Amino acid sequence: MVKLEIDNVCKRYWTQRDAKGVLALSHVTLSVAEGEFMAIVGPSGCGKTSLLNIVAGLLPCDEGSVAIDGRRVDGPGMDRAVVFQHASLFPWRTIAGNVRYGMELQRRFDQTAMRERTDYFIKLVGLDGFERHYPSELSGGMQQRVNLARALAADPVVLLMDEPFAALDAQTREFMQSELLKIWAKARKTVLFITHQINEAIYLADRVAVMSARPGRLKNVFQVPFGRPRTLSLKRDPGFLQLEDAIWQLIEEESARLGMALAPS
Amino acid sequence: MKSETLGGTKTETLHAVDAESAARPRLSFFQRHESMILGGGAVVIALAVWEAIWSLTDWISPLFFSGPSAIAKQFRYLLLKGTLVADMKYSGKNFVLGFALALVAGVVIGVITGWYRRIRLVADPFLNALYATPRVAMVPLIIIWFGIGMWSKVFVVFISAFFPILVNTVAGIRNMDADLLRAARAFCASDWQIFKTLAIPGSVPFILTGVRQGVALGLIGVVVGEMFGGSEGVGFLVAYGGQTFATDTLFVGVIIIAFAGIVLTSLAERLERHFSRWRPER
Repeated sequence: MVKLEIDNVCKRYWTQRDAKGVLALSHVTLSVAEGEFMAIVGPSGCGKTSLLNIVAGLLPCDEGSVAIDGRRVDGPGMDRAVVFQHASLFPWRTIAGNVRYGMELQRRFDQTAMRERTDYFIKLVGLDGFERHYPSELSGGMQQRVNLARALAADPVVLLMDEPFAALDAQTREFMQSELLKIWAKARKTVLFITHQINEAIYLADRVAVMSARPGRLKNVFQVPFGRPRTLSLKRDPGFLQLEDAIWQLIEEESARLGMALAPS
Repeated sequence: MKSETLGGTKTETLHAVDAESAARPRLSFFQRHESMILGGGAVVIALAVWEAIWSLTDWISPLFFSGPSAIAKQFRYLLLKGTLVADMKYSGKNFVLGFALALVAGVVIGVITGWYRRIRLVADPFLNALYATPRVAMVPLIIIWFGIGMWSKVFVVFISAFFPILVNTVAGIRNMDADLLRAARAFCASDWQIFKTLAIPGSVPFILTGVRQGVALGLIGVVVGEMFGGSEGVGFLVAYGGQTFATDTLFVGVIIIAFAGIVLTSLAERLERHFSRWRPER
């Protein structure tokens, strides 16, 4: 069953220098099934964050439409929650206060339910005992867990993740990836996950959509054939490396076409 | 393999102990209290030299300068007479009243001007012009309005402390963190919710910067206000001491003002530092 439908979405940015504007997204069509983990990879500047912002309702698109459960998206909504690249935690709120922030704004749960859900999701992301701490007392990885718990606590239908681990160091990132899979196995949300790291996308997702840059276009969607639960050793599996290579080549062709030097990540 | 790991752990532990004892060498009494000893010592020596010159030579004319013992004597005299406490109370009342009014008005008007763009565009030229005008230049006008009683002093304090608080509040409301704003929007925040949960708490560290600046300027305001007219207050004490060539009285006033300045500013700084963690990390 299709949960999230991105249909023929185009986005153009207007600049003062260029009267024609820059085409950031060109006719992107993609559908995500219920409970599916969909990753989108692409080089920087391919418009993947614009796409996520459009799905989140934070950015209007010029053409096309986004729908969730058949309802057209025309602004932020309670059926979606975003995990941001920067933890974006409120420094004056405790961890518990941050996790309940989305619920507080949306007023869908009463006080008791909010308290229960806050406790539950803090535990789920492994931060019990830190309820009364402030964000500045937490490491980057822990802050991203709060960011994730805040989004999950708002009980969205679709979870949107915007390169949430990009700012973390390599070890923390790997650890957070496997943690995310454990949490996702329990929360079972439909996920749209943006990243520029190919192996992160394959490791996490059921399907990986590859985008090209200028204009941002959907090149191909790869089915990830590995079962779950997945362990980090999967990243050294020959099949995994083959898939990573195939996606890498596709992106490299693109960057060669554009004459861009792209460093592998 | 196992013994290797064990060996490795052992050396590491030894290293850790070494590092700890190296990082915390015993400090001598002097090293632990260096700033107190050097700073305090310098002050004591300077006072002693000043006092020695004052009482043992006749290089200093009491018409132009004074000495520590004379100032202390005058301090004791004014204290026992009761006028010093009365002056301090009077100045303190003017300062507290003017500052409290400035805080309320500065924050309220600052929040409104910061939040509503159109109001800000209208108010900006007036506020900028008034902010750039030295408030001291308006004291004679204030005396015309309020007379030479306490309300002219209160108003000088008010107008001195008001602008830094206002300007910083406006900046605090306007400088909402873009990431936090995006998070709030994504959770369907209404404008009112953004105001309550982001704009107001986010501007607290800015407001406290304004409070610190306002305290310093308000203190100048109360002294200047009392110098211009009236017959009470610490500012008056300084002016009166000057007019009568009573340099010891003048110094008593200056020292009280300096002391009040140090205490109030450091309190405001502490408050500001405490809330500085409310600034989003960059």
